[in-house]
Parts: sequence; C-alpha cells; structure tokens
Amino acid sequence: MTAMQERSTLMQSLFGRLSWDSIPYHEPIIVWTFVGTIVLGMAVLGWITKQRAWGMLWRDWFCSIDHKKIGVMYIVLGLIMLLRGFADAVMMRAQQAMAFGDAMGYLPPHHYDQIFTAHGVIMIFFVAMPFVTGLMNYVVPLQIGARDVAFPFLNNFSFWMTAAGAALVMTSLFIGEFAMTGWLSYPPLSGIDYSPGVGVDYYIWALQIAGVGTLLSGVNLLVTIVKMRAPGMTLMKMPVFAWTSLCTNVLIVAAFPILTAVLALLSLDRYVGTNFFTNDFGGNAMMYVNLIWIWGHPEVYILILPLFGVFSEIVSTFSGKRLFGYSSMVYATVCITILSYIVWLHHFFTMGSGASVNSFFGITTMIISIPTGAKMFNWLFTMYRGKIRFDLPMLWTMGFMLTFVGGGMTGVLLAVPPADFVLHNSLFLIAHFHHVIIGGVVFGTFAGINFWFPKVAGFKLDEFWGKVSFWCWIVGFYLAFMPLYVLGLMGVTRRMSHFSDPDLRIWFLIAAVGAFFVGLGILAFIVQLVVSIRRRHELRDESGDPWNGRTLEWSTSSPPPAYNFAFTPRVHALDAWWDMKTRGYRRPQSDFVPVHIPKNTAAGIVLAGLSVVCGFGLIWHIWWLAAAAFIALVGGAIYHSFNYDRDYHIPADEVSRVEQARTQQLAALQG
Amino acid sequence: MSSANPYLDAHGQDTRNVHGHDDGHGDHDGAAHGSFKGYVTGFVLSVILTAIPFWLVMDEVLPSKQATVAIILAFALVQVFVHMVYFLHMNTKSEGGWNMLALIFTLVLVLITFSGSLWVMYHMNENMMPLSIHEAKNLP
Repeated sequence: MTAMQERSTLMQSLFGRLSWDSIPYHEPIIVWTFVGTIVLGMAVLGWITKQRAWGMLWRDWFCSIDHKKIGVMYIVLGLIMLLRGFADAVMMRAQQAMAFGDAMGYLPPHHYDQIFTAHGVIMIFFVAMPFVTGLMNYVVPLQIGARDVAFPFLNNFSFWMTAAGAALVMTSLFIGEFAMTGWLSYPPLSGIDYSPGVGVDYYIWALQIAGVGTLLSGVNLLVTIVKMRAPGMTLMKMPVFAWTSLCTNVLIVAAFPILTAVLALLSLDRYVGTNFFTNDFGGNAMMYVNLIWIWGHPEVYILILPLFGVFSEIVSTFSGKRLFGYSSMVYATVCITILSYIVWLHHFFTMGSGASVNSFFGITTMIISIPTGAKMFNWLFTMYRGKIRFDLPMLWTMGFMLTFVGGGMTGVLLAVPPADFVLHNSLFLIAHFHHVIIGGVVFGTFAGINFWFPKVAGFKLDEFWGKVSFWCWIVGFYLAFMPLYVLGLMGVTRRMSHFSDPDLRIWFLIAAVGAFFVGLGILAFIVQLVVSIRRRHELRDESGDPWNGRTLEWSTSSPPPAYNFAFTPRVHALDAWWDMKTRGYRRPQSDFVPVHIPKNTAAGIVLAGLSVVCGFGLIWHIWWLAAAAFIALVGGAIYHSFNYDRDYHIPADEVSRVEQARTQQLAALQG
Repeated sequence: MSSANPYLDAHGQDTRNVHGHDDGHGDHDGAAHGSFKGYVTGFVLSVILTAIPFWLVMDEVLPSKQATVAIILAFALVQVFVHMVYFLHMNTKSEGGWNMLALIFTLVLVLITFSGSLWVMYHMNENMMPLSIHEAKNLP
C-alpha cells in the first residue's frame, strides 16, 4: 500500500464521502446562489446584531415553550422555505420556457432533476406542514380555552426538529447534491445502484428528522384537544377549526409512522445492502410505492383539513352568522378522515392492478368528493343572507371556494381509472394538485394569517397591499396552471427539462408569466408585512376582537398574555365568545391566583442541532461524527429529563396587574 | 347577604372558575393503575399463552405446519388483549371511552393497511412480475 492510499484511508474515516469535490463550485448558478445567500444572511445577522436582538431572540423565541411563539416560528419557517421553494419553481418555469428544439435551456438535466425534487419536498414538508402546524399551534389552545398545549417542551422540540430537517435540505444546496428522484423517491431509482450519491440520503435523513417533529407535535395537539378543553366545551361545542385540527392530528399520528417505516426500509437497502425494494433477490419496488402512498394520501388531508377549519371560522365570522350545518361539517370532517385511508391506490392506477382493485379505489376516491362538497354548500349557505364583510380573510376564502371547486372536479376526473391511464404522469396531474394545494392550503394560510395577525401582533395587516397580493396570486395561479391542463391533455409528461415540439412553447410562456405574477403576489405579501409594521399605530387594535369574532381566542387581549386566560372560561354554547358577548360577559376584577407555567429551555434547539450533525454524518458516511452526535443526542435527552427546574408561578400580583390594565384599556375603548 | 357575587356570568356560574388543568398532574379519570392481583393474573395468563405455542412447536404436536401457525397466531392475538386489559388497563370506560375509540380506530387502520396491501400486492404480483420459466412455458 502506497503512502497516498494510506492517507486516503485516513481521510476516508475522518471525512467519509466528503471532499472538496463535494462543493459544487464549478456550477455558476449554485455559486451565485451561495454568494447571494451569504450576502443576504450576513445582512440579516448584521441587522439583528445592530438591534442588539440576539439575547431577546434566544431567550424569548428560540428557547420559548409558549405555544403562541412556537406557532409564529412555524409560520416564519414556512415563509422562509416558501421563498426557496418558489425560487425552484421559477427556475423550472424559466427552463421549460426556454428549452425547445436546439435550445437546451440553462439547466443541465442533473440540476433540473434536483430542482423539481427539492421543490416538491420543500413545498410539502417545509412550507405547507409548518404553515398548518403553526396555525394549529397558535390558535387551538386559545380556541379551547387552554393555557398551553399538553406538553409544552415537546412542542419546542418538535418545532426545532422540523427546522433541523429544513436545515439539512438547505445544506444539500451547497454541500453535495439533492435527490434527483422526484419528491417521493421511488426505488429502484432511489436505490444505491441508480442513485449512488448523497442526494437520496439528504432526502431520507431530512424527512426522518422532520418526521420526528411532526409526529410529536401531532401527539401533543391531539392530547391537548382531547384533554384540555375548557369546562363545558363538549366535543359538539368545539369550534370547527379545533375539530379539523383534531382530525388532522389523528391522521398525523396514524400515518406518519408508515412514512418512517418505509424510509427506514429504503435506508436499510441503501446502507446495509438489504433487498426490500431492489430489482433482484426478491425485492419489490412496487411495495414501496404502495406503502408510501398509504402515508401519502392521508398526508394530503393533513394539509387541507386544518384550512377547511380556517375557512369555516372566517366564513361565519365575516358573514355575521353561526356556521350553517355545524354538525354536518363535523361529520363531513370525520368522514374525510376515515375515507382518506382507503383511496391510496389512485396514485398508481397504472402500475398494473386488475380491474377490481382499480374500480374499488376509483369509487372510494369519488366518494370523498361528497363530504367535501357538503362542506362547500355549508359555506355557501352560511354566506347566504349574511351581512358579508369583504375583508382580506374573506377575499382569500372566496378565492379558495372558486378555485378549489375547479381543482376538485379535475380530481374526480383523474379518479376515473380509464381517464387516469391517459392523464397520469402528465402535466394535467401537476395542474390538478397545484390547483387544490395552492387554492386550498396556500390561500387558506394567507386567509389565516390575515385573520389572526391582529391577535398575534396587536394590529391589523395593511388592506391595500393585501389586496395587491391576493389579486396577483389569483391571476398568477390561473395563468401558471391552466396552460398545464391544456398541455397535459395533449399528453405532455411531467419532469421534462427539454421539449422538441416548438408548438407547445406558447403554453409554457404563459405559465412563466403566471409564475411571475405569483412572484409579485409573494413580494406584495412581504411589502404588506413591512408596511403594516411601519403603520402599526394606525392599524392598532386594542379591543382584541377586531373582526367581531365568535370563538374564545378573540376574548383575550392582542397579543394574549403568556398565560392566555387568567381564569379558564366556562363554555355554554358553540361560538363561546359570541355567546359570552351577547349575554353580557363581565371580566373578573379580583381574586386572581398565581399561574403555574413552564420555564423556557434551550434543550429543544440543542437536541435538534445534534440531530442535524448526526444526519450530516450519516449522509456523508462520517461514522464517528454520526455516532458521537447520536450518543450526545440520547445523553442530552436523558440529562434534560433530570432537569426538575422547569416551571414557575407568575405571582397573583403580576396577573392582577396585567388583567387590571387590560380592563382599564377596554373601559377606555368603550368610554 | 347584600353582596351578590359580581363574578357570576349570565348562566349563574362563577367566571373566576379556577380550573387547574394547567399543571398536568390531574388524576386520570377512570383509569386505575391496576392492582397486584391484576398484574399477577395478567402475568400468569401471558405465561400460559406463551407456553402452549412453545410446546406445540417443540414437541411437534400437530401433524400440519399450517395448523400450528394458525394456532400460534390465535394465541398471539389473545395475548395482545391480555396485555391491553391487565397491563395497559384498557377497558371500555377508561379515559372516558377515548382509549376504546383509539383502539378501534387503530384496529381499523391496521386492518385496512394489511388487507389492502395484501390485495394490491397480490394483483401487482400476478400482473406485473416477470414469469418464471415454468409459467412462461405454459402460457396459453
């Protein structure tokens, strides 16, 4: 053995697969992205330092176990990752608008493949999931009259695990590569033979780490809703958003373990040479597809159900009426929850099941549209003869209703197996799921942000820029995705980086213009945030109830005190706060008691940081690093469990002072 | 007795209700932590339910292997329920019925996942997997 080889063995054990060649410095696009990220990142870090905000940020936010702050952090994570996911989308639209005939566009195929994979993974796991988890985290405890979630520390840990997954995906941009397999990484393509690089490993470990966070937050919110409702709030007096959150978290707890198991099997195939999903030795890649969609279809409903709840709250608030058909809404939600488990095969009608299997799953898929349709009618009947106020949340809701019905109908089309044989894997499918996910999840998130922002910050969001954002999104969405329906019907398949037929180009150009408008919509939203913060004194809401709301979160001050409620409210009716307002609720004036709340802790962010290191070691085969980080992770968790100094009491005097200030504020408003 | 309680809400209930569910140490409604007798019963039943299948396999009591497998599976199923009742203290009333509901939901999902996967994969296997030499020779 020569000295050269010996050194490489040493380097191998120290750095695994990692070397200078892993940094893609020969790809100008990535280098410029890197430079841009560094400049922007330094600017943000510098600004925080200049504001001397690090201590505040660390103590009051990163270590916070207050469900409200964690909810806000989830939304911020979602927004940041939305920018990354959208940048990927713009790059794809630009490539497809250019690459016809002799023109090859500006992205080589191996880069293009990473981009569409990253776009899907980021948008589902690190944009949509943080958005819905964030909304649930902020709103659910307030709506059910609780002081926090059931396991406050776990909540902080869950958030940081999700953020850790996102950090790993972002790392893959500059160190190594991301998967080139599509967002679900089907084997055998994702197996070690066909994807020998680190891309799929980044994919696996990012999702496994974020999955821990998702599962734990699901357990947490589930227990919160089941055990911590205010006295008198029976299940059928629970706000619809709390109901849809309950069903969502049931879905999370039941479905995510399947994803974990499937990814674990795939990683065994890749790391230790098992043959679960390989072509040879008895492996069967079709089993992966089957299992991952048993998780994947409920996942779709995990994303949309909470937003159905958001729309329900908004429609009834802005129509000034109680929700039409509350109980049918609840039953529809439960039906969707159950049905979402028996439709998964519609994602692979063409894989070769017989007629009986395909027709069973085709029919169950069509049945799901019935409870969803019932919801749509309930919203319409709530608006019927209501005094509708067309504020921003209501605008987004109406945009959703129009858009989602269209997306739902193309969904029913795809549910017909013979039609699916023509349309599957085409741009028609891409248009369909963007139609329902943007129309439902994204519009719902913006509706929710506009609706609850005054509760979070104490002032409303700027109306003008909100409308600009709304119209840009609507116009941009239709321009970007209607052409894809046309292309899909013509048989154009997804995930192509080059086309030979120049006649198709006009449709891709229209779609690119649409993406440009969506970009303007995102920009207008950021402007809306900035303008609102600058105009916060004009937009201030002191009542805590700017929309004449119906549920308990509007009974608190904006922002609510750390303990949410000095005394747990008693609930006598659906729309508890509306009931309290109409019956002349009086605030308690004295006899306040100390409030027992948990202490902030850095354990969550530290453990999640160790998970990132462990994941990085596993991805690059740096075994000593992975082992050390894993031992530290387990040790840290055990060490933290011996920390008994985790709670304190807000003294009664303090509670009394806060509550009396609030009472005076309200009196001044009325007087 | 001139002072009416000023904190009564419109329903005559005190708005200052101090409901201490924030400490997380509330007692579990209905779910007892079990008794010594319960644990012993569970343990004895588990031992018996394990010993019989062990004996069936070691002494090759039954003539057919399929029958042995079926019986072992049946014993396993019974043992699952013994554990749930005696060790996890589940019954139809614990936690206000939520445990039972969760169990039923879990069973339904496990059933869907297993039977659905078997059905789907059977079809896939029939239609899509390469033929063996024997099958290829006997094609119609």
